[in-house]
Amino acid sequence: MTEQRPASQPAPGSFLKAVSAVVWKDLQAEFRSRELFSAMLVFSLLIILIFNFALELDIKTRQSVTSGVLWATFAFAGTLGLNRSMAIEKDRGCMDGLLLAPVDRSAIYFGKVISNLAFMLVVEIIVLPVYSVLYGINLFQPGLLFVILLGSIGYAGVGTLLSAMSVQTRTRDILLPILLFPVVIPVILSAVKASGGYLEGLPFDEILSPLSLLIAYDIIFIAVAFMVFDNVVEE
Amino acid sequence: MRSKPLMLTILDVLSILVLGISTYLALFFAPTERVMGEVQRVFYFHIGTAWTALMGFILAAVFSIAYLVTKNLKWDRYQVAAIEVSLVFFFLTIVLGSIWARPAWNTWWTWDPRLTTAAVTELIYIAYFMLRQGIDDPERRARFGAVYALIGGLSAPVTFFAIRLFRTIHPVVIGGSNAEAQGGFAMTADMRVAFFFALFAFTIIFIDLYWNRIRLGELQDQVEQLKLKVTM
Repeated sequence: MTEQRPASQPAPGSFLKAVSAVVWKDLQAEFRSRELFSAMLVFSLLIILIFNFALELDIKTRQSVTSGVLWATFAFAGTLGLNRSMAIEKDRGCMDGLLLAPVDRSAIYFGKVISNLAFMLVVEIIVLPVYSVLYGINLFQPGLLFVILLGSIGYAGVGTLLSAMSVQTRTRDILLPILLFPVVIPVILSAVKASGGYLEGLPFDEILSPLSLLIAYDIIFIAVAFMVFDNVVEE
Repeated sequence: MRSKPLMLTILDVLSILVLGISTYLALFFAPTERVMGEVQRVFYFHIGTAWTALMGFILAAVFSIAYLVTKNLKWDRYQVAAIEVSLVFFFLTIVLGSIWARPAWNTWWTWDPRLTTAAVTELIYIAYFMLRQGIDDPERRARFGAVYALIGGLSAPVTFFAIRLFRTIHPVVIGGSNAEAQGGFAMTADMRVAFFFALFAFTIIFIDLYWNRIRLGELQDQVEQLKLKVTM
């Protein structure tokens, strides 16, 4: 660092730099261990396997429940990743190091959201073709991928905030799904509806309402999480 | 230790009184509804508890912002009190609604937007208390509680609108009408008396319980501080 600036007036572009540093740190750590990714992936495949028996996914039911099965899988695998990614920060005292860094706290939030989102997306990108092959449904439709992206953004945005809280409590990882699931119901609901709409080939104006709700949720909740994140990490 | 304020004692007595009167009005004074019969009488308390619980949840979200801005633990006490009383009132709303739905809709429960949102809201605030239980430091507990109550308070109405994309069968008695709704009815003058009195009564009861709960919170804090003094 060449010069000291007051925290209220960061250098132009330094915010993005801080965000990308946090993202890069997470990705690199994950690239070396591959703990999180492999756990999430295997877990997702196991959930699909369980659904296969639980729902008797024959050709008729498959059509109507595919989007539900996918989102349940992403939601469960997502909590696994969120928990782990925050627990690592807490266990090895990395969080304190991050907080000491002379960057805006919200840069840490956005960095964590992006890396959590990246893990979710990578898992989803592998789960989709596997599901397509196993059940003979083509899931590679641009609209569906867009819905998955939007849903994952909302999920990771709220999940990152709540996991930062839950790792600091006594009950830790048990608490995250309990905190997260009731507040992400709008995401799951509209994502299931929108993906189901694409899979059934409904006209666009029938998919528009869940899609716009998804976008609205993403914007509102990421804005709120961005504003309150300071309160969650403050010591 | 401060003794109980006189106003609060008066409010306690008043609460019992208005509860009695409201019960009389709902059970005996109001005429029996023609189609649904006696079970419709559940409606007066159903709306009474629902209205106060929703006000409590809205208050809690406002206190979240107040706490996060001022960092005054007073707002935290107000918030816990509001959520705790509302949680019980809203649970009563759901139970009373279920009792009514059994004959009116022929089912205890249906995944209608209002019902689902009610269930999700209860779960959000139960999670709120589980979160608080896991934190020992009162200042951090207040901060996390405020953040979660804010997120939860925002997500509940969004959930409602999200589910509303599906159809609803819940009747709207006050304002608006829905052709698909089942079990709606028009209120007669006497029903209106019972209805508005129930709203009034439950507002009084809510305020009374709320005030008592805030006082309990203050006393709890005092006890904790005294305990710290003794051990030091």
